[in-house]
Amino acid sequence: MRRGLSAFNVTAVALGLAFLYLPIVILVIYSFNGSRLVTIWGGWSTRWYVALLNDSAMLQAAWTSLRIAFLSATAATVLGTLATVALVRGGRFRGRVAFSGLVYAPLVMPEIITGLALLLLFVAINVDRGFWTVTLAHTTVTMCFVTVVVQSRLLSFDVSLEEAARDLGCPPLKAFMTVTLPLILPAIAAGWILAFVLSLDDLVIASFTTGPGSITLPIRIYSEVRMGVKPEINAISTIMIALVAVGVIAATWLAKRGRKSGLLLRPGGRNR
Amino acid sequence: MTTANKTNEPATRQQRPWGPRLVILIPALWLTALFLGPFLIVLKISLSQTVIAQPPYTPVLDLAAGWQGIRDFVAGLSFGNYVLLASDSLYVTSYLRSLLIAATSTLILLLIGYPIAYGIARAPRRAQPILVAAIVLPFLTAFLIRIYAWVNILQREGLLNDVLLAIGLIREPLVWLSTDTAIYIGIVYSYLPFMVLPLYASLEKMNETLLEAATDLGCPWWKAFWLVTVPLSLPGIVAGALLCFIPIAGEFVIPDLLGGSGATMIGQTLWTEFFSNKDWPVASALAVVLLAVLLAPILIYQHLQIRELDKR
Repeated sequence: MRRGLSAFNVTAVALGLAFLYLPIVILVIYSFNGSRLVTIWGGWSTRWYVALLNDSAMLQAAWTSLRIAFLSATAATVLGTLATVALVRGGRFRGRVAFSGLVYAPLVMPEIITGLALLLLFVAINVDRGFWTVTLAHTTVTMCFVTVVVQSRLLSFDVSLEEAARDLGCPPLKAFMTVTLPLILPAIAAGWILAFVLSLDDLVIASFTTGPGSITLPIRIYSEVRMGVKPEINAISTIMIALVAVGVIAATWLAKRGRKSGLLLRPGGRNR
Repeated sequence: MTTANKTNEPATRQQRPWGPRLVILIPALWLTALFLGPFLIVLKISLSQTVIAQPPYTPVLDLAAGWQGIRDFVAGLSFGNYVLLASDSLYVTSYLRSLLIAATSTLILLLIGYPIAYGIARAPRRAQPILVAAIVLPFLTAFLIRIYAWVNILQREGLLNDVLLAIGLIREPLVWLSTDTAIYIGIVYSYLPFMVLPLYASLEKMNETLLEAATDLGCPWWKAFWLVTVPLSLPGIVAGALLCFIPIAGEFVIPDLLGGSGATMIGQTLWTEFFSNKDWPVASALAVVLLAVLLAPILIYQHLQIRELDKR
């Protein structure tokens, strides 16, 4: 693609970014609004953050969500990475098309269908719904996102590095663990963060698969939001946005570090 | 067969069949049990009579009862729910509305997303990863919260009306919230990264000399764009369109929070059937039909993914 921006290009990108970021910025600003009425600016204040600290139901929900997100993201990262290795390195094994179909389908499947299906499964096998069923559901749905993230890295990875190790007598598993894995680790970390955020964010699937005991943060927020705009929701939203921003900055830093340490080993990637 | 043979071979060879096999088996089994399997249950419940299948519904298939169980299972099947879906205009309208909204918003997304992706692809090489990250970042900040942010902006006393009143474009505050416009704004806002990223990926790979050749030969820029750039970015267009269209058709949160209380999208209809009416069989039948409608786009999307995988 030819370099060189026209005024039209710059405008398109700038407007696009403004459209994406403006609502978030407004939300953050209004979370510091001193007025009880959401629409009227009453000066800077942290009162909604204080109110949030006293909202034990909301904090409980946040804690539940964080634990579910941590567990499901970890499981999804393991499963998603395995699936990527199978797809990229597995050769043309039997049932590969069916397997890849299974791996990519959750990516586009409307959540409402997946949620309903998982709920009916849990009822059919007679498990109590709650913390663990949501964790299982989130693992299933987010693992394909991990696959997509890791896949792009593994595809551009130079196989000859691993082959060199194997030619020198390294067993395949060890060659993968000591050569390939460290190099694709930034992508795996990025996949974990994505899975974590997606789990923390999910309303539909959690609503279907949870039980009375485990209210996640989105379910809690949703029930409040349906009643109208509340300043406290602005506050907790801002905290979540801040958490994600920190996570993304950490991931970018990790990826950069990974790229630097892998500089000598970098293959002549496809796009270069 | 292969496993039995390989076990007799030396130790280094012994790991080969099992290692890769487990790598495939573990995710395959997981997805079969928790993704594919449940759909069969949905199908079964959709064929159950409402009375039997009200929660807690009777076991899907009572294998312990042996043949009797299987016979009962077959006898219990009924297409009543599907007949209901086809005969009640509420459901039919709901499907059509969902598909219409999904198609229209995919088109809007394409029109908005293309110039953005094009702009990023033409930006200096060093700036591109930053711009891509900037597009992805909002996607990572809670979806529910971003929709909620629009409730803030679109409500009657919200910022949009304030701004429009202040600059004198309108005299009276307009109703934005609970309209289809609000649904479109919410959808375009949420799905923009899904459209921009595949478009960018295909535009970025494009060979610049082709465009130069066209313009050197006297082709006007708009014609060169239409005849060279657009066809070459077609894989990105198709991927982006599918990545948006399929989930939008089943969207629940956006129409629920931003849309009105009148006509509903199919996701909302399903949600109501399930959570309010507690009619699990009808909800299942709704899901099965939605899946059937979306099956073709889903298969095309998967085909594209596999082709991408084999391209290297």
